[in-house]
Amino acid sequence: MIELEGVGYRINGNWLIRDINLTIEKGMLWGFVGPNGAGKSTLLRLISGELLPTTGEIRILGKPIHNYTPQKLARLRAYLQQKRDINFPFTSLEVVLFGRHPYLKSTKETTADLLIAKKALQQVESYMFSERLYPTLSGGEASRVDVARILAQAPELFLLDEPTNHLDPRHQVQILNLCKTICRDGKTAITAIHDLNLASMYADQLLLLKNGISIACGPPKTVLTLDLLSKTYGILFEVFPHPNGYPWVMPSLSC
Amino acid sequence: MCWEALKVVSMQKRIKILLTLISLLPISMCIAAGVGAYQILPWRIPEILFFREDGFAVLVHVRFPRVVLSAVVGAMLAISGATLQGIFRNPLADPGLIGVTAGAGLGATLWIVLIGGGALDIWGLPIAAFGCGVLVTVSVWKIAAERGRVRTLTLLLAGIALNSFAGAGIGLMTFLADDEQLRSLTFWLLGGFGGATWPVVLVTLPIAIIGLFVLLRQAAALNAMSLGESEAYHLGVSTETLKRWSVFGVALTVGAAVSAAGGIGFVGLVVPHLLRLLGGADHRYVLPGSAVGGAILLVSADLFSRTVIAPAELPVGIVTALIGGPFFLWLLLRFKREIFL
Repeated sequence: MIELEGVGYRINGNWLIRDINLTIEKGMLWGFVGPNGAGKSTLLRLISGELLPTTGEIRILGKPIHNYTPQKLARLRAYLQQKRDINFPFTSLEVVLFGRHPYLKSTKETTADLLIAKKALQQVESYMFSERLYPTLSGGEASRVDVARILAQAPELFLLDEPTNHLDPRHQVQILNLCKTICRDGKTAITAIHDLNLASMYADQLLLLKNGISIACGPPKTVLTLDLLSKTYGILFEVFPHPNGYPWVMPSLSC
Repeated sequence: MCWEALKVVSMQKRIKILLTLISLLPISMCIAAGVGAYQILPWRIPEILFFREDGFAVLVHVRFPRVVLSAVVGAMLAISGATLQGIFRNPLADPGLIGVTAGAGLGATLWIVLIGGGALDIWGLPIAAFGCGVLVTVSVWKIAAERGRVRTLTLLLAGIALNSFAGAGIGLMTFLADDEQLRSLTFWLLGGFGGATWPVVLVTLPIAIIGLFVLLRQAAALNAMSLGESEAYHLGVSTETLKRWSVFGVALTVGAAVSAAGGIGFVGLVVPHLLRLLGGADHRYVLPGSAVGGAILLVSADLFSRTVIAPAELPVGIVTALIGGPFFLWLLLRFKREIFL
């Protein structure tokens, strides 16, 4: 699905991302983990095509990402941003309909687009907000409407920057379950995530980043180890095996 | 924030609002064409035109060009305001804020004082105003752009800086102007349709049609833009193309509007706001609605400006400021935070 080859990104003389080599298979749920400023968001934005790598190349479906037009790319991948603000009184349904923009044939959405948008709102249990103005929603409600928007965009690849921020546990689990379902349907998802336990529970593969460098890469069991975590975050951790098999991670009190 | 004060409206209601505005426009234009020192009842206009009765000359040579020009200028100013608000994702953006108006004014002033006079005026003036308006807008944009991104604050500051620069230029030209040039300058600076003739209309109209066409085509992309520039990119919008065309369209229309009628403020700010209050934020509704609403507003303002102290005329820029200022204040008090933040 996606190949990164020697990808580096430099801005103002600082390397935010250095020498990342990564192959992401179709149908996988990937988690990018690491401390603040590790380069998780930057890497996502590079994969989305928004940023141009300083070195190396990124390919989607075998084709270099910058050979796609913005519209073609928008049908292939969707991006959920951390920070959102809308200064105009759009309703939630209108915001979700923005997700159909790459498919617009004329200037107006079709009935099919409308149905897709409504279904997307139902998938994140936000149908009741359809007619509410987006700027009146709480942080968590707005996050779910945004997830509905990228669902309506119906891409092959979902890039999610901290999708569980601002959400209560129920909706965190709901969003990540949704990611799982998406991947089971043969789509691919990459999510930058801070919560190591959610990452451990849901991700098929993890990439552990620090200062823009890949520290470790592989299934949660091999990445979320005492040694690697302490080295990356600079504090002590306790790691237990959860009865269901995945590692269970807690920062240690005795540091 | 308390946005609940704003009502949610359906597409059908928006279409109704648009249709109402579209039917109000010819009505307001007919009334405006009839009222004046020589009174003509609006419903007698077809009869007079057909049978060439008394008043034919007044209608065709005086009133019509003026009414048509004010409608065209109002449409251009309002749709430009709505577009810039969408591009900057800020409901307070106004063509004046980023220097289009001052730049076009400077171009017109430079032309009047340094070059103008004679037969060249009708083509030279709009070209000078247009060129200068584009130049100032592009400069503001370039100053604010940083690695392909435009920072709102820098944009605002660059706009203020270049506005004062253009203002200084206008001031200098005023200082250098002789008496006759000074009269023309005053016309520019206060704005008015006293000079409306068919040639002016015929120069302005094609520019307006191109400009409106360009701007209306950006409506769907402007919707995506309201999520933010990178979000718009992720939704498949070529943001650089969108910005280029929008700036081109705004510079074209505002340049033409200022060169035809001088600096008329508040239309670009108030009309899009009103449309959003009535029917929501979708640019596919706000842009055409603003064009028609701006036309109605300026036709009415011009009617007021030439009748209120008849036989003398108030510059229409003063009228729009007189109506626009208190109206804007009312909006501010009525809806306080929810519209502006």
